[in-house]
Amino acid sequence: MSFNLKEYYTNLSKGDVILAYKGSITSDLINDILEAVEKKLEEVNADSRLRKKIYNVLVESLQNLFHHIEMVHEGIEEELDPKFGILVIDRENEIYKITTGNFVNAKRIKFLKEKIDKINSLTKDELKDMYKFILNHQRLSAKGGGGLGLVDIARKSGNKLEYAFYNYSDNYYFF
Amino acid sequence: MEPINIEGTAKTPAIKYDPENGIVEIKGRSIPENSIEFYKPLVDWLEEYAKQPLKKTQVNMQLEYFNTSSSKCILDVFKKLEAIHKAKNDVVINWYYEEDDEDMLEAGEDYESIIRVPFKMIEIVNE
Repeated sequence: MSFNLKEYYTNLSKGDVILAYKGSITSDLINDILEAVEKKLEEVNADSRLRKKIYNVLVESLQNLFHHIEMVHEGIEEELDPKFGILVIDRENEIYKITTGNFVNAKRIKFLKEKIDKINSLTKDELKDMYKFILNHQRLSAKGGGGLGLVDIARKSGNKLEYAFYNYSDNYYFF
Repeated sequence: MEPINIEGTAKTPAIKYDPENGIVEIKGRSIPENSIEFYKPLVDWLEEYAKQPLKKTQVNMQLEYFNTSSSKCILDVFKKLEAIHKAKNDVVINWYYEEDDEDMLEAGEDYESIIRVPFKMIEIVNE
């Protein structure tokens, strides 16, 4: 196996970590994480504008995980929860970084890569237009997802989205 | 018709209707995983309300946060209001945002550019 999940998680959790989690991503868990992070941000006195941005990006990141996690049915060498995902929030010089990870089917990679590259290529105004276009023209899926999460994360954070796909098994990648 | 009244939770806003003044108030956080389910009663209620609306309807949107799943449902709510407005009734959407929350102001402006209903942007100044 070329990708070592444990090692990856350990490396992520090395810096000034506000919260690190790996395991099942459920609705209750999302509540708990949001509550914990909100408290923590209040404690460190983050400015309220920043706090809101972090909270918003975190909500979208967690709900992206919640809606899109795929169960891996093959090549599992470790024991993992069915809705396995990871989340790490860390801080370096007042810059907050939110990292999420989940398994995706190899078939989804092209779509995801194109979508993120597209988002990363846009200016602030172009992102706003893209957001409004999707908002106005695309229907919500039955699960309640709307294809807006990543666009919103890019808008609120004001940053490019970093990503990587690690090969896990024949048909699954860790994203 | 029966006024709508939904209690708020950690992930969903409180929704209230004041029939005397024609004011719908949506207040709190709107971050449910599945927003369609949450907003359906309001969308249905507005559909009924649209049959015999008051001369003037005001909607107070006082959201602290909303997720992208909610954003589409909010658009559906506004589309119902747009229909009421189009039928020559007075409708106004009061969009509240906290003084430093440019993202929330911008979100309101996004809706204002899509929906043909008068919007009023109202800054909440913290004492």
